[in-house]
Amino acid sequence: MNIPSALNPALRVLVFLVCLAPFALLVTGVVSNSLGPDPADHLMHVTGEWVMRFLVLVLLATPLARHGWPRLARYRRMLGLYVWFYATLHLLVFAQVFIGWSGDQLIEELVERPYVLVGFVAWLILVPLGITSARTVRKRMGRYWRQLHKLTYAVVVLGWLHLFWLSRSDVGNAALYGGIFGILLLYRIRPVASRVPFKLRS
Amino acid sequence: MSKSRWSPFPQIASSEITPESVWLNRRNLMKAAAAGAGLVAAGEAMADSSVPQALDFVSAPDGSAYKAKEDLTPYEAATTYNNFYEFGTDKSDPARFAAAMTTDPWEIKVGGLVKKPGKLHLEDILGGFDLEERIYRFRCVEAWSMVVPWIGFPLSELLDRFEPDTGGKFVEFKTLYRRSEMRGTRSFTSIIDWPYREGLRMDEAMNPLTLMTVGLYGKTLPNQSGAPLRLIVPWKYGFKNIKSIVEINVTDRQPKTSWQELAPQEYGFYANVNPEVSHPRWSQAYERRLPSSLFNPSRVKTQMFNGYGELVAGMYKGMDLARYY
Repeated sequence: MNIPSALNPALRVLVFLVCLAPFALLVTGVVSNSLGPDPADHLMHVTGEWVMRFLVLVLLATPLARHGWPRLARYRRMLGLYVWFYATLHLLVFAQVFIGWSGDQLIEELVERPYVLVGFVAWLILVPLGITSARTVRKRMGRYWRQLHKLTYAVVVLGWLHLFWLSRSDVGNAALYGGIFGILLLYRIRPVASRVPFKLRS
Repeated sequence: MSKSRWSPFPQIASSEITPESVWLNRRNLMKAAAAGAGLVAAGEAMADSSVPQALDFVSAPDGSAYKAKEDLTPYEAATTYNNFYEFGTDKSDPARFAAAMTTDPWEIKVGGLVKKPGKLHLEDILGGFDLEERIYRFRCVEAWSMVVPWIGFPLSELLDRFEPDTGGKFVEFKTLYRRSEMRGTRSFTSIIDWPYREGLRMDEAMNPLTLMTVGLYGKTLPNQSGAPLRLIVPWKYGFKNIKSIVEINVTDRQPKTSWQELAPQEYGFYANVNPEVSHPRWSQAYERRLPSSLFNPSRVKTQMFNGYGELVAGMYKGMDLARYY
């Protein structure tokens, strides 16, 4: 893609705002009370769905950067942080409505419900990934940074498992994301991927 | 209605929550009944079954278990937030797509271990029984709940007409399965084995709380709520309350039910509301009384047998309810 580099900051702001739009819609919905009789259920579904979508985008950025759209690599950090952002919203709604900020209830949920446990672990992993995404921290970490951020794959697997265990009578969504994640993860163990030179730029 | 209809659970009298039109309707009906007009409703319902019609009924006695004192869930909420997977798995799907279902004519086959097997038609359901309004708590296994004024008649009255044999120990129900009108049943990724089936033990079926339901809020059921006839067993989780029934069989063995077949470790045959028995998906200790909101989630403690223990606990004496969940 040939975008004049002068436009880069504007483009960056645009992408940032587009990614924030789902959140803005939810806030509007909550404020105007237009999310139906059970807004908690709606908020859980929508925030969870956006976590999945941003995970797909994060995993897509590298292959697309390698194959013709190198600038996309610059957006991986932002997309990754949006994964964390929507996952945190997801967790906050859970805490507010489903367990009422009770530690005992949280422990009960983690012990009794494996899908809650894997979702929570995935969120915990996102915490260090989010914190170390600051440029200065990243520089200081050197090669350890890349090793740490390989945990993104663990987040993908746990996040998908969370979704899969939540399937009840319809496996459509779990199958869809399973397929997409499967292809994007397979791409990474394909030997050809490593043969295409690609230098990470910040 | 304005957008503020999903306001946090209001602290006002239920009469203020119920849409005014419903109350006016009811008053008019009472007047009509007084004038000897009698069964206006059944005749009117024939006209257009897709639009809810006013019903003629009496109210359950004040202060009885048949008339919960809690604030009613608004009609809008009760009829736009539904689980009726035949029309899709999203809560809003039934209200959007159930209009495609033809409910007139309607036929219910009653058979199995009965002396007089036969059929019921729409006019038999709407005109053949004395209707009563009952305000019941409705508790979904997904940990949300509502309070709904249902209109119907005891299932025992229906069964008595077909004279169950003494060997009949259970009652099996089936929902309509019509692919052309039910888009959810055409889904490639759905793993439910249609038609939807549910069941009760005979003593549960004959319990006076068990209601064959034809209406809510003074009118016939809208399609998404299970028109024209559904089951309401208020001490059990929502999925037992099978909708749009086309077949009732008396059997001598415990019928296989849809959710139990799909995930037996999650959904038991009894499915009595029980805060003590955990579920692999949702804690059953609390429920969200709808309408709920983010900052006022109206979380309430779930009661054993959904608060109907006095009338139903006797049926389960000596049973291990953790095992027979």
